[in-house]
Amino acid sequence: MIREITFGQYYAADSPIHRLDPRIKLFGTLIYIISLFVANNIVSYAVAALFLGIIIIISTVPVKFILKGLKPILFILLFSVAFNAVLTNGEHVLAKWGVFVISTEGLIRAAYMGARLIMLIMGSSLMTYTTTPNELTDGLEKSLGFLRKINIPVHEMAMMMSIALRFIPILIEETDKIMKAQMARGADFENGNIIHRVKSMVPLLIPLFVSAFRRASDLAMAMEARCYHGGEGRTKMKPLQYKRADYTGYIIVLVYFAVIIATRILFKNVLHF
Amino acid sequence: MILKVENVSQIYGAGTPTETIALKNINLEINEGEFIALIGHTGSGKSTLVQHLNGLIKATEGKIYYRGRCIYDDDFNMKELRSHVGLVFQYPEHQLFEEDVFKDVCFGPKNLGLSKEEIEKRAYAALKAVGLDESFYKSSPFELSGGQKRRAAIAGVLAMEPEVLILDEPTAGLDPLGRDEILDCIYKMYKEKGITIILVSHSMEDVAKYADRLIVMNKGEIAFDDTPHRVFKHYKELEKMGLAAPQVTYIMNRLKNEGFAVDTDMITVDEAADAIMNMMKLEKIND
Repeated sequence: MIREITFGQYYAADSPIHRLDPRIKLFGTLIYIISLFVANNIVSYAVAALFLGIIIIISTVPVKFILKGLKPILFILLFSVAFNAVLTNGEHVLAKWGVFVISTEGLIRAAYMGARLIMLIMGSSLMTYTTTPNELTDGLEKSLGFLRKINIPVHEMAMMMSIALRFIPILIEETDKIMKAQMARGADFENGNIIHRVKSMVPLLIPLFVSAFRRASDLAMAMEARCYHGGEGRTKMKPLQYKRADYTGYIIVLVYFAVIIATRILFKNVLHF
Repeated sequence: MILKVENVSQIYGAGTPTETIALKNINLEINEGEFIALIGHTGSGKSTLVQHLNGLIKATEGKIYYRGRCIYDDDFNMKELRSHVGLVFQYPEHQLFEEDVFKDVCFGPKNLGLSKEEIEKRAYAALKAVGLDESFYKSSPFELSGGQKRRAAIAGVLAMEPEVLILDEPTAGLDPLGRDEILDCIYKMYKEKGITIILVSHSMEDVAKYADRLIVMNKGEIAFDDTPHRVFKHYKELEKMGLAAPQVTYIMNRLKNEGFAVDTDMITVDEAADAIMNMMKLEKIND
């Protein structure tokens, strides 16, 4: 029942996108998100959608998987689309009821808002589908390495992040196990009123916390036993190194961004908002 | 017949690249008063199978009957099933949560909606059955030692007074003494209360010592279902599944190969010792 969470999970495959350096994927995702906010007309959006489509095809991640990532934000999506549609004032008012106004401008805005959110989630979940959590933190650690100069513990933060990510599937599995064990003892997690249901969480949460602490202390012990002492002087078995494809990747991302800016300027009057 | 498994299959993640077939067309009948051992290599589907028996996992295909009634029927009471078919998970001490041991054991019977007296009566009986000293009843379950925690957790399931008690590797991670104590206590309950036991185990010695029926799982299918004596005759096939026969069976086979006139289907140390003694007596007479 809790196996359904797919957002932020790795889809194992061997595609050119999977093989890219995590830094370019992070950079690319960041640029892509910015580009979605730069885009203000139908042509820019079409370019952004096309770009995303091509990357998805190259990545070999099934579209079904990427669409599944949208499920958790469905509510926010509908909410913002609906609000934009009924609360935007415009010149061409189609209907009016109290504070609610439906105008052509509002509808266009709502459509763009929806498209922007969808592409935003699809783009960033594509990154997590093609990059393992470890690669991702490696990439973050290296790209943000300059912050060390102003005494920000980048390595430690990256380590905390990878440990947290590593623990998510373990804790999900653990929750599933404890839930079943308590259900075998007649616990009921689904029925009853809200107070009853909150109370029924106690037999699940206490063992879960105990086990999380136990695992954390085991891990700390194991790390100390192997002389872990932070990032100082620590080297990597597989240091990140740019290859040719990565430089090509950077160029493609930059060209894409230039195209988006160009379309923003050139087509600013075509169905814009 | 208390439980019947009919053509049950379980497929995880159907249609995804991680699709795995955990169970393949399982058919099984469990009769009252049996002591069944379930063995199999890691990932052979034994834990998955036992979780089907009390409805914690719903089979992708097939049906399971409890006393002739299909447990997947809409009007079937799952909670009641779980009180009749008790399941002790691997490392059951991880499920302890109450302030003290006694309260934790009460959790199961309390969920059954029994009266306070009945709950406490059952909790006492269960704690007594697992042999946990009364001085521990009021201590926090987290202060107990590994073996004591395990007993407390098993008592938590026992207190529901199940007709079938399933134990998924109840001795994993315990020292030899704790292991024998837990198994002896399970066997005692089996003898005294006449409940049906299904023991999932990795130890061929334990299986040989206690069970009167042995089910071997391999890659989601039942490979053997017979008495331990007969199953262990196939020790060569068991080895191919990453399993083995008890060590004494190997010793007896070695002895026979060396020319001693012994029976090879001995599976416990006691049986083997008797067999060797008999052989020696016979040899003396022959001399």
